[in-house]
Amino acid sequence: MSFPLLTATALTPAIGAIVTAAVPAARRTAAKWLALLFSLATAGFAAAVLLRFDTGDGADRFQLTESRSWIEDFGVRYELGVDGIGVAMIALTAVLIPFLIGAGWNDADPKEGQTPATRWRPTQGFFALILAVEAMVILSFAATDVFLFYIFFEAMLIPMYFLIGGFGDRAGEQGEEGQARQRSYAAVKFLLYNLAGGLIMLAAVIGLYIATADQLDAGTFSLQAILDARASGDLELATGTERWLFLGFFIAFAIKAPLWPVHTWLPNAMGESTAPVAVLITAVVDKVGTFAMLRFCLGLFPEASEWATPVVITLALVSIIYGALLALGQRDMKRLIAYASVSHFGFIVLGIFAMTSQGQGGATLYMINHGIATAALMLVAGFLISRRGSRLIADYGGVQKTAPMLAGTFLIGGLATLSLPGTGPFVSEFLVLVGTFSRYEVAGIIACSGIVLAALYVLVLYQRTMTGPLKEGLEKLPDLKVRELAVVGPLIGLLLFLGVYPKPLTDIVNPAVEHTLSDVEQTDPQPHVPEVEATRE
Amino acid sequence: MNPGELQAPDIEWAALSPSLIVFGAAIIGVLIEAFAPRRSRYPAEVFVGIAGLAGAFAAVVALAAGGHATTEAQVAGMGSLAVDGPALFLQGLIVLVGLVSVFLFAERRLEPALHGQAVDSFAAQPAAVPGGKAEAAAERAGHTTTEIFPLLLFAIGGMLLFPMANDLLVLFIALEVLSLPLYLLCALARRKRLLSQEAALKYFLLGAFASAFLLFGIAMLYGYAGTVSYAGIADVVSGEPAAVDAGLASTMGNDALLLIGGAMVTMGLLFKVGAVPFHMWTPDVYQGAPTPVTGFMAAATKVAAFGALLRLLYVVLPGLRWDWEPVLWGVAIASMVAGAVVAITQTDVKRLLAYSSIAHAGFILSGVVAVSEDGVSSVLFYLSAYSFVTLGAFAVVTLVRDGDGEATHLSKWAGLGRRSPLLAAVFALFLLAFAGIPLTSGFAGKFAVFRAAADAGAMGLVIVGVLASAIAAFFYVRVIVLMFFSEPKADGPSVVIPSPLTMSVVGLAAAVTVVLGIAPQFFLDLASDAGVFVR
Repeated sequence: MSFPLLTATALTPAIGAIVTAAVPAARRTAAKWLALLFSLATAGFAAAVLLRFDTGDGADRFQLTESRSWIEDFGVRYELGVDGIGVAMIALTAVLIPFLIGAGWNDADPKEGQTPATRWRPTQGFFALILAVEAMVILSFAATDVFLFYIFFEAMLIPMYFLIGGFGDRAGEQGEEGQARQRSYAAVKFLLYNLAGGLIMLAAVIGLYIATADQLDAGTFSLQAILDARASGDLELATGTERWLFLGFFIAFAIKAPLWPVHTWLPNAMGESTAPVAVLITAVVDKVGTFAMLRFCLGLFPEASEWATPVVITLALVSIIYGALLALGQRDMKRLIAYASVSHFGFIVLGIFAMTSQGQGGATLYMINHGIATAALMLVAGFLISRRGSRLIADYGGVQKTAPMLAGTFLIGGLATLSLPGTGPFVSEFLVLVGTFSRYEVAGIIACSGIVLAALYVLVLYQRTMTGPLKEGLEKLPDLKVRELAVVGPLIGLLLFLGVYPKPLTDIVNPAVEHTLSDVEQTDPQPHVPEVEATRE
Repeated sequence: MNPGELQAPDIEWAALSPSLIVFGAAIIGVLIEAFAPRRSRYPAEVFVGIAGLAGAFAAVVALAAGGHATTEAQVAGMGSLAVDGPALFLQGLIVLVGLVSVFLFAERRLEPALHGQAVDSFAAQPAAVPGGKAEAAAERAGHTTTEIFPLLLFAIGGMLLFPMANDLLVLFIALEVLSLPLYLLCALARRKRLLSQEAALKYFLLGAFASAFLLFGIAMLYGYAGTVSYAGIADVVSGEPAAVDAGLASTMGNDALLLIGGAMVTMGLLFKVGAVPFHMWTPDVYQGAPTPVTGFMAAATKVAAFGALLRLLYVVLPGLRWDWEPVLWGVAIASMVAGAVVAITQTDVKRLLAYSSIAHAGFILSGVVAVSEDGVSSVLFYLSAYSFVTLGAFAVVTLVRDGDGEATHLSKWAGLGRRSPLLAAVFALFLLAFAGIPLTSGFAGKFAVFRAAADAGAMGLVIVGVLASAIAAFFYVRVIVLMFFSEPKADGPSVVIPSPLTMSVVGLAAAVTVVLGIAPQFFLDLASDAGVFVR
């Protein structure tokens, strides 16, 4: 058997988490460097995955596969494998984490004047938890066994929960105690929403097992086995069963993604946590939800997916508009970005359920670009917040006069968020809209209004905080430090690169999208020439 | 057979050796109490307890290795005891839980030393009036209640018989043998004596009530079948009585007797399991009993009682499946929902764990309702996962203390994660396992029972189960929030550094929780090999 590259990619941060956690309390800095080192090593493995991945025509759908028996009694195997979408998502994760660690370098230091207790090691814990989340996210992107996926999908909630509840940005309105309360409220809300979704999914996972056990020789969770069995006609889910199972899976992913109306945990979680953790939530962890819609909802339950499409598209549209409108109304910068993310997740889900190659390809690109763009915007916002100690937009004004670099990077991050042509998100948003329009014209048109609203909330945010007369107390606001620049610079470079030349990414993603589409569109061959399609319907 | 003539019973000593060894050790323990000098009692009792239980465990392993769990499964003791897969599996589990409990019972570093002598969690002179002169004198004299060890061993012995019972009378006797020492043990707390005595009294009264139900049910089933043996009753239920007793000709085969009798016996067992609506005793008893006893009781009683319940339902009453299944559905749903919902409002750790145990009884029942081999083995697996998590959790509770002994009020646990991160992390692990988070034993167990239930067509039960799990997650998480995200209070409790005894219990429980979560295959195999009842 060849070198288990995917396992190595996931195991590196897992080991890193353990090592980092074990660093003695006084050696905080060592823990930070160790965490960075392990995240870079993970990125190295991810790069190897990217290189080893064959995008040629006759290439297998799932590559770099690994398969070991794990819990035979449950029919669970340790099966890993990636298609183009998985590769892209693993790459996104592995690239972002080092930047998040760099951005959060000082976020978990003990407060000034507080001597850390000998055994309480928040800094070590912070970085260890980030690495733990990374390991679980990578495994859930790579898992081709439904049960294995489920395990990591659920288990990642726990480190995430501690990251949200344990580490705040010390910039709330209600003082130390009130903020701690807010934070643990956000953490609990996050956990309960996602846990409830996950448990509903558990029932569906069991249902899927029973269904396969009924019709095949033995129950299985293997995605490949189920796809094969369906293709060969051995497995035929009853319409009702399929719909129930679809719902079980979809609800879990919609909460994770998050889609209106189950999005309410996101603004709390992102608002209360530190900027890197907020990015981790929206750019990495939530992507597991949309990714899983593509891989599991569409792959396992094609007919039910088609059946649910009208409802899902409606929810996506509501998310786009509602998220954007609420973003406009926010007083708190981080909550604003959170609602903007709700709007963007609407676009992603719209693209996925448009069931066209452009829509799904665009949605996959969108996941990547949104991850990077939000990271850039949120991290700069985090730097700004840490300087002033407030998240309120009203506390800022004229920042570009004292901190031009900060304002400049904030602007570019913001412009990427509103999908300005020339930045990565533009390509993906355009593809999603075209893909949607070719099949659902009205939906496409409504979704376009999301772009206008995005321009509004981003530019208004920029105008209020960065331009105008300098607000009192900001005269000595320092500009970006080297560390901060080193974090934001490459992200912005990546955004511009992907905006101008997205081909490397599309080359990887497109074959996988074709596969996914062929899973779903067995009855309705969809021409890939949208111009023709647009005139017909 | 001539009535005057006594036939010597034919006993398979080897097959019954686990329980015999434990009873033997218990009797030696009593003799030590009677004859050994006070000073040497403690080491002697601990030694006898550990040696006896280790011996019993070896006997269980030897029997299982000899195939008694599968091919050589047999009915022993003239038909009154079954030696088969489920019995041996549960016996092994009970003995292990008992062994670990001995460690908790023997812990003497938690309480501050009294008059220069290390003391345990049990009252110096239980019979004395709480706070009275006799108690103070006993404490001054340095008396300790070493009777706890033989009592524990007798309870374990009864528990070993309980899942083996293949005869209603043995079932009843085993129930009493396991219950009476437990009633006593509940009353022995060193601190909060009144609460402890109240707990014992409540447990005793309600337990006696349940025993009466059971006994009445047995009488009715005898009236119905003319026999108390499981196989005999099952034959009558399926319409093939071996012989009709002339004296009972008028009642035999009367379905009313069967239904009422079966319901009453089941009720008696559900009481021990702590399922709704027979759960009333659980919170008070769990709270009042000395915590080591609570841990033992919560883990081992549940194991033994589920074993007995499984055998009763699967061996005696499978013919009535269509009658009891819907009832148990109801009980399972009520337990899951009521346990989870009521637990939310609890402010005491021990009461919280009590309500959580009620919810777990519901989860386990959903595996029982499956009525399949998978159902049995999933229940066996769940019980092993659950019992160790429970023991670990209660062991942690014994360590968090302030001036008044254990600080069980939840508000006192605030910020524990800051003071003792490791202990809080381990407790969080146990809570996550209770909540059924993947990669812990609780998840594997939950998945096993839910899958068995879904396989048997009880998808509704599974859906209620996952919803109840979501509710339950709320209060487990609340404790974690309290420990990690709240600032510690200035007058908060401290974590006592225990002796290696308690530490090994906590460590073992944590290890089992992780191993059963990550690599459960071996234990699942063990449980599925043990899934068949002998008749």
